[in-house]
Amino acid sequence: MEQQTLIYLVVGATFALYVGIAVWAKAATTGEFYAAGRGIHPITNGMATAADWMSAASFISMAGLIAFVGYDNSTFLMGWTGGYVLLACLLAPYLRKFGKYTVPEFIGDRFYSQGARIIAVICLIVASVTYVIGQMTGVGVTFARFLQVDAATGLYIGAAIVFFYAVLGGMKGITYTQVAQYVVLICAYTVPAVFISLNLTGNVLPPLGLFSNTVQEGVPLLVRLDQVVTDLGFNSYTGHHTNTLNMVLFTMSLMIGTAGLPHVIIRFFTVPKVADARWSAGWALVFIALLYLTAPAVGAMARLNIMDTVQPGPVGVEGGSLTYEERPDWFRTWEQTGLIQFDDKNGDGRIQFYNDRNETFAAQAAEWGWEGNELTINQDILVLANPEIAQLPNWVVALVAAGGLAAALSTAAGLLLAIASAISHDLIKSIINPNISDKGELLAARISMTFAIVVATYLGLNPPGFAAQTVALAFGIAAASIFPALMMGIFSKRINSLGASAGMLSGLIFTVVYIFLYKGWMFLPGTNQFPDTAEYWVFGISPLSIGAVGAIVNFAVAYGVSSVTQEPPVEIQELVESVRVPRGAGGAVDH
Amino acid sequence: MRQENTEAAAYWSANLKLIRNVLIVWALVSFGGGILFRPLLSGIAVGGTDLGFWFAQQGSIIVFIVLIFYYAFRMNALDRKHGADE
Repeated sequence: MEQQTLIYLVVGATFALYVGIAVWAKAATTGEFYAAGRGIHPITNGMATAADWMSAASFISMAGLIAFVGYDNSTFLMGWTGGYVLLACLLAPYLRKFGKYTVPEFIGDRFYSQGARIIAVICLIVASVTYVIGQMTGVGVTFARFLQVDAATGLYIGAAIVFFYAVLGGMKGITYTQVAQYVVLICAYTVPAVFISLNLTGNVLPPLGLFSNTVQEGVPLLVRLDQVVTDLGFNSYTGHHTNTLNMVLFTMSLMIGTAGLPHVIIRFFTVPKVADARWSAGWALVFIALLYLTAPAVGAMARLNIMDTVQPGPVGVEGGSLTYEERPDWFRTWEQTGLIQFDDKNGDGRIQFYNDRNETFAAQAAEWGWEGNELTINQDILVLANPEIAQLPNWVVALVAAGGLAAALSTAAGLLLAIASAISHDLIKSIINPNISDKGELLAARISMTFAIVVATYLGLNPPGFAAQTVALAFGIAAASIFPALMMGIFSKRINSLGASAGMLSGLIFTVVYIFLYKGWMFLPGTNQFPDTAEYWVFGISPLSIGAVGAIVNFAVAYGVSSVTQEPPVEIQELVESVRVPRGAGGAVDH
Repeated sequence: MRQENTEAAAYWSANLKLIRNVLIVWALVSFGGGILFRPLLSGIAVGGTDLGFWFAQQGSIIVFIVLIFYYAFRMNALDRKHGADE
């Protein structure tokens, strides 16, 4: 069948499935809209959490991030999975026991303060809105590449689908669509990876293939990859080339940021029991690991494939590089999107792809008549181009298109629900109109969801110039403000309202200011105080890694302020006692 | 009531001890094995590279999964032992 028809069929079928689920899983009460009636099986919730968590960035970008940097970007792998250990033992079970609907609600109740609740709402909305922009642009890009419609139309179609199941079904509809989306995205990710691993190493499991010998040369894949990239002046793949402190802090920021992201936390409100919340975190990580263990293999193998394609012969020997005329089909396809660019600087009709910023190597290359690197490859195309690079059948390409859309839509829906419930539950129900009926609140939640989708679509169409930077902001805020407040709320009875608010604000301001100093105020280009390069960072800590330091500031300020002010009232200390014990009303509440 | 309070305190301190142990392993495999101690592990070869690289790209993730299930399993036992289960 024609490639294009197949893509329409596969993507159309998955969309029909999502809409079908929406009609079937309609929410009738606020309990169903916010927490799926708390009736989700822990394994089901684990799968939904995996789809909720794995965004367009995980699906599309992560393998590329690792492929073009190697070992140093292992931080993404450890950081985006290690947060689940923190969730499982520090947050999820207790917040499930608390038994309400939103993250700001816990902060407001535990710190007996509407002010603290509002700070939490603001953090939640900023973190989630910045995050959702990336998902919406991801939807647009995938449509534009695979369905040959312009990005705007693609975005409208995606938004309409999300609108349908998120507004109708709330958390209930989102949960079941996320399960379907997980299945689509994991198949789309692993199927091409299996074929590539088989071709290259003869090993059917990509994570094992990564550490196996190549079929052709019979040497370990990573040894060969190190050889091939260093031959062209790039940093070795397995070597450590960055600041160790920064690497540690970046990993830590991603971990605590993950644990503090509200759209992930609220997923654990949907399971029936506290024990289920613990199991569910484990299952979520199992499902996430299927992709996260495959990604580094995809990255290494794709890098090797690309290097071998453009440099088929020995380096520096005439005729060693690929002639432009002989470039493969996938090269031509992606050239049309501008994501692969070739510039024949020395006019020899061949592609010289090497690291011209490596001075020793560049000098050597100049002797061969190379006048600079001629090829730029956008690292985001790796996963999407993979089936074409490995010459897989057309249906695999169609599957990857559907997988990219599933990853972006499932995360967008989870974020939109977090935003909508913060508006309808934390602002409308709690502050503006406490007497609102359940029906009224459900309607308010649906209207908030619609509003959130419209805003997200608008921002997806007109992404602010800083869209690419915003992930740092989202993780920084979650790490520096939300995670410490939640953790202290559970693990300390002494932290009081003043301490928590001061801690959240100082963590937030510290983090945001540090990011803005290097990235520009409100990300406006040219307004940064210092260039965003390693030599200007304090102790070599990049703005992306500052969330972990912000969290320490938050903890320290909260403890300091709390210890010199009054301890929380007795009923709050009892609330803390009660969230610590899974059983309904534990002994400590008996007074 | 007094007895219930001691029971709750014992349950909580057992939980804290468990969390401490889980987080020690969590930090050892990721920040330790994957980053800080990698030079010390460089002598141990794994598929064309060293153990530290394996921890950073695979080992930590696998250990994280084991840790969460271990924690869930041990906590459920603690819940029952201290009469805190649902």
